[in-house]
Amino acid sequence: MKTSKKSFTAIFRNQIFIPIAALLLLVIVNLIVDPSFFKITYQLNSDGQHILYGNLIQILDFGSELAILAIGMTFVTAASGGQDISVGAAIAIAGSVILRVLCGNNTRPEAGQLQTTFLVAFLVACVVAALFGAFNGLLVSVFKIQPMVATLILFTAGRSIAAWINNNELPIISDQSFKYFGGYIPNVPVPTPAILAVVVIIVTFLLLKFTNLGLYIQAVGINEKSSRLNGLNPTAIKFLSFVLLGLCVAVAGLIKVSRLSTINYSVIAKDIEMDAILAVALGGNALGGGKFNMTASILGAYVIQFLTITLYSMKVQSDALPAYKAVVVILLVVFSAPTVRNWMSKTWKNLTAKNTAKEVA
Amino acid sequence: MKRKLISALLSVAMASTLLVGCGSSASTSTDGGSAAAPAASGDLISVGIINNDPNESGYRTANVNDLKNTFCEANGYDAQFAYSLKNDEQIAAAQKFVQDGVDYLLLSAADTAGWDSVLKDAQTAGVKVILFDRTIDADPSLYEASIVSDMAKEGETAVTWLAGQGLDEYNVIHIQGVMGSAAQQGRSGALDAKAAAEANWNIVTQQTAEWNAEKAEQIVTSVINAGDSFNVIYAENDDMAKGAVAALDKAGISHGVGKDVIVMGFDCNKWALEELLAQNWNYDGQCNPFQSSYIDAIIKDLEAGKSPAEKTVIMDEKGFDASTITQDDVNNYGI
Repeated sequence: MKTSKKSFTAIFRNQIFIPIAALLLLVIVNLIVDPSFFKITYQLNSDGQHILYGNLIQILDFGSELAILAIGMTFVTAASGGQDISVGAAIAIAGSVILRVLCGNNTRPEAGQLQTTFLVAFLVACVVAALFGAFNGLLVSVFKIQPMVATLILFTAGRSIAAWINNNELPIISDQSFKYFGGYIPNVPVPTPAILAVVVIIVTFLLLKFTNLGLYIQAVGINEKSSRLNGLNPTAIKFLSFVLLGLCVAVAGLIKVSRLSTINYSVIAKDIEMDAILAVALGGNALGGGKFNMTASILGAYVIQFLTITLYSMKVQSDALPAYKAVVVILLVVFSAPTVRNWMSKTWKNLTAKNTAKEVA
Repeated sequence: MKRKLISALLSVAMASTLLVGCGSSASTSTDGGSAAAPAASGDLISVGIINNDPNESGYRTANVNDLKNTFCEANGYDAQFAYSLKNDEQIAAAQKFVQDGVDYLLLSAADTAGWDSVLKDAQTAGVKVILFDRTIDADPSLYEASIVSDMAKEGETAVTWLAGQGLDEYNVIHIQGVMGSAAQQGRSGALDAKAAAEANWNIVTQQTAEWNAEKAEQIVTSVINAGDSFNVIYAENDDMAKGAVAALDKAGISHGVGKDVIVMGFDCNKWALEELLAQNWNYDGQCNPFQSSYIDAIIKDLEAGKSPAEKTVIMDEKGFDASTITQDDVNNYGI
């Protein structure tokens, strides 16, 4: 009796309970409304390639950038106790760099006229995105500016910088193989963004398992002073978390520009920063920093995409989407508030106490 | 605690000044620099041009380049440019141009309201105002002429073309731009009216993708997954049409001339017209960004003491059909 009760509350207490509950809720709603939502088919696309097709695949496909960003955002949130709101603009910059490096001054290169390989372009974008991450990190860690205020700078200026990198031109890459990163690799029936997301997730978990990074970030997030007294360098850890987010941004940028083989500076990855922050919050992570659960954040990202696709398939007006996300935010905020939590655990205790009392009698 | 508060306030103040610095330098940067003083410009006609951010869209980029090419020193103009998507910043730039004593003020307003007082100032200072691209809510006596696109007509041209395709049934996926924008209202209006009037026209889904290709792709994919049948995609700009086509390609649905789905876009980006030429899309409606020649003609008239023939000039706008488009059209009308 005692052990089962303990495990029961443990499930509720567990951080990952929140995104899993949200996911289950969405699954149940979709099962009731239209079970064919979950249908996956194996069919031909226009390039004559067999691919997996269906809503679930679409969620994995379009949720991948968000999942990748949620990883970096979790690091930043945990270490600095604030959020980076410039990731959308930084994606525009990273994407612009990739196109600029590939195209040079020719905005419409034919296949075979590219200046360099995709790998080089991606690595340059990684360096640039990491530098912009470092800029944010510097403001936050060294100059102690509130993260949201510090990243507001790049949030405002980033898209103009992205446009400036390409001289306000909109390069288009006609080389079909550039589409692989945002589409499908020949003979692979799974969308590449999903594969890239899995790769980033694996790298992250290896990083967390084989280094002390996770521990250090949590220590700094929980108490900066005591972590310094224990020989950690909080400034360096915070700085590093922003650089890691920069690398995530570069991967997301590659996927975004590859999807359409071009870029539109003002709409690419628009409002994605809010979704990334929401993913971290949905993962039950404290937005004030400290302990984090990476799996929960990643799951949170896919839950958001699940919600989006669910609403699209129910033909809810898409300009009403933010309102539904706002409902999620309100629920999260309410349920994570200490007073509500206390009240809930109290009522739970009362309920169970009554039950045991009855049993004794 | 107090010290913390002060330092926090200071840092916010620092960051915000930085921001203001960035914001204003980015948005109202003026070209033409040293030649700006009217006295030094001799017989050059000085014009102040207020436009929206060149990065807003391919349309705007073409528009800005067209203006820059026409209003240059070689053509007898001394031009200054100010760019912003915010109405108040545009008004501030207009006030500056009026104080600088430019001869002409060319204006593509971000918002229709709030221009009366600055235009009155311009009138008293003898600055002639010409509106381009977008119209405003102000007394017509405050400006000399306006050269605008008729978005509603663009929509009507497109819908008339679609009606001319003679399909038995029109099941349309309607992908809208940012709700409330002039382009969205004009282009949606015609289709809405037609769908309401005809029994064999029905809208399968009507969603805004906010000019965003990726959102359009997700919307169309959702329709495909829901198993609804459709044979027309009416996207209110080229980017969204491109996203919709990406969704069709993934699902293996054929599109273009003589195929299962008719694809329609707007704006006539060069790459979009090339899609028409390759018969992957069916129709693209023009939104003419090349107003500068019209403005140039009006200024020449005014300089010669003639008032413009028409107060409101509505530009010629074409609609291109994939079965008749030529390479010349792509070169001439692609932006």
